[in-house]
Amino acid sequence: MVETHSLQDLRQQAAVAAKVFLQRDYSNGTVCQFQSKFPSELETRIDKQQFEETMQTLNNLYAEAEKLGSQSYIEGCLACLTAYTVFMCMETHYEKVLKKIAKYIQEQNDKIYAPRGLLLTDPIERGLRVIEVTIFEDRSLTR
Amino acid sequence: MKNCEYQQIDPRALSVLPQSAHNNTEKTVQRSRRKWEVFPGKNRFFCDGRIILPSQSGVLPLTLGLIVVTCGLFFAFDCPFLVKHLTVFIPVIGGALFVFVVFSLLRTSFTDPGILPRATPDEAADIEKQIDTSGSSTYRPPPRTKEILINQQVVKLKYCFTCKMFRPPRTSHCSLCDNCVERFDHHCPWVGNCVGKRNYRFFYSFIISLSFLTSFIFGCVITHITLRSQEGKSLVQSIQESPASVVELVICFFSIWSILGLSGFHTYLIASNLTTNEDIKGSWSSKRCAEESGNPYSYNSIITNCCATLCGPMPPSLIDRRGFLSLDEAIPAVSASEIELPPFTVKSDAHMCTQSTKDVLERMVHSYDVHGLCPPATPKTTPLDLEVSGPAAASSEPSLSAGCLPQDARQPVAPPCPPFSRSYKRRDSLHSINPAFRLASPSPSLSRTTFILGDAPDNGFIPLP
Repeated sequence: MVETHSLQDLRQQAAVAAKVFLQRDYSNGTVCQFQSKFPSELETRIDKQQFEETMQTLNNLYAEAEKLGSQSYIEGCLACLTAYTVFMCMETHYEKVLKKIAKYIQEQNDKIYAPRGLLLTDPIERGLRVIEVTIFEDRSLTR
Repeated sequence: MKNCEYQQIDPRALSVLPQSAHNNTEKTVQRSRRKWEVFPGKNRFFCDGRIILPSQSGVLPLTLGLIVVTCGLFFAFDCPFLVKHLTVFIPVIGGALFVFVVFSLLRTSFTDPGILPRATPDEAADIEKQIDTSGSSTYRPPPRTKEILINQQVVKLKYCFTCKMFRPPRTSHCSLCDNCVERFDHHCPWVGNCVGKRNYRFFYSFIISLSFLTSFIFGCVITHITLRSQEGKSLVQSIQESPASVVELVICFFSIWSILGLSGFHTYLIASNLTTNEDIKGSWSSKRCAEESGNPYSYNSIITNCCATLCGPMPPSLIDRRGFLSLDEAIPAVSASEIELPPFTVKSDAHMCTQSTKDVLERMVHSYDVHGLCPPATPKTTPLDLEVSGPAAASSEPSLSAGCLPQDARQPVAPPCPPFSRSYKRRDSLHSINPAFRLASPSPSLSRTTFILGDAPDNGFIPLP
């Protein structure tokens, strides 16, 4: 019993060769931006330009979510006037953009990263602190 | 048999018989658990994770009780007279204000203030790898800080030992809730929750509407008593006819000063894009910074600052209370780290091979810590907090009780007022001694003390009169 249980996990876990964590970039304040510096561990796996394009798009999406524009002001004022009950029935602008981001990451994973044995984890699952890139061992591709 | 042994290592089954532990795992497979059920912080959850509260809800029932009682007395005893003599809009306005106040209060109390989830074991290990230069160590190293540039200004990020990560800027660890909270303002016992990024606007609307409500009730009650005494009766007679008004007057009179003061203080904070925490510590005051450096988060325009804080986009909750645990997370930390070890040792990477057994064990201990499984880990913050903030608090307590507010515990009242902040400036001088501690810290207790003192103002709002 023990053997199969741990073997199953080993099969899942052993495929993971390493994890790279891309930390947040606070140079512009507390807005959600991630460092787009290309990590050395990914040099053998993916094109630098491709990776930086993904990061740039993600950063742009997060900037869009946190933008202080007329839409966010209207939403804020409406919420205040309704004693914040409007949030119970309406999805906030931020949540809509987060859904867009989740879709984008999944798309990127399917098209670009999975074929190269990489997996991007949506930062929202890590509390918007890091983008976790899981590097799978090459032998998992032969399975 | 072996299965039973395996289950015995399961930390969640430590207090349970192996038989039932086995059943527990089966149940986990059958019924996926939600993330709130394994949340490591000191919080309570209701409605299957929809509502979040700290484990100690402070005096929230008292606050609610005071508001409801005062308004109830107002509607029952003053409104009939005022409707007859003035206008019917008085109870309408009072009612609207009351509803707004209660909604804002409940929203502030039951909203996640911006809790940051703790670092996963992999993340924590990655950060440790970046910090540790010497490899294994037998004692806890001195508090770790990282300097970053925000808008061309140097800001120090502190490492949180409980959450195993470098705290983002403006984030602070609340020891009452045992969570790191983004844009931490303060832990308000009256509201029974931390005030942080996600519920600051609710808190602000609560105190503003409460100011209006108390002023409104105060004004109406004065008008009521005045009108009564104008009908040929003396003031004492009018008061005797409506004793409830006196109760309301007393409550409102004492509340108004503190609530109005607090509203004014928070309006100032919003206009300059500061948090109470930063203001108390004097992080961006010109006296503390040698060169000309202001608040790097300010937009340098009062209107933009106000709009950004109050009408900015509503950030989502980062802790995903109602999400389901994946099977990986449901498996206890021990097995996860055990299974991760073989790949690490098998790798031919020289760096990995040089890891000593102690490091590996330390990593396992860290993953215990992260999941809050090791009992000594979690209470670490609180007992030391109490020990250390004791002497510091003793010096500030007299000034708190003397200068801050009247001793009447029935007031829905607020922490910061000038004498209060002065007492914290005194505590700041205690802080300035600490760098000496940081530089030479041979013993773990000393360095831990430094860490706690550095966070003391976070829990300084708790011992309120």
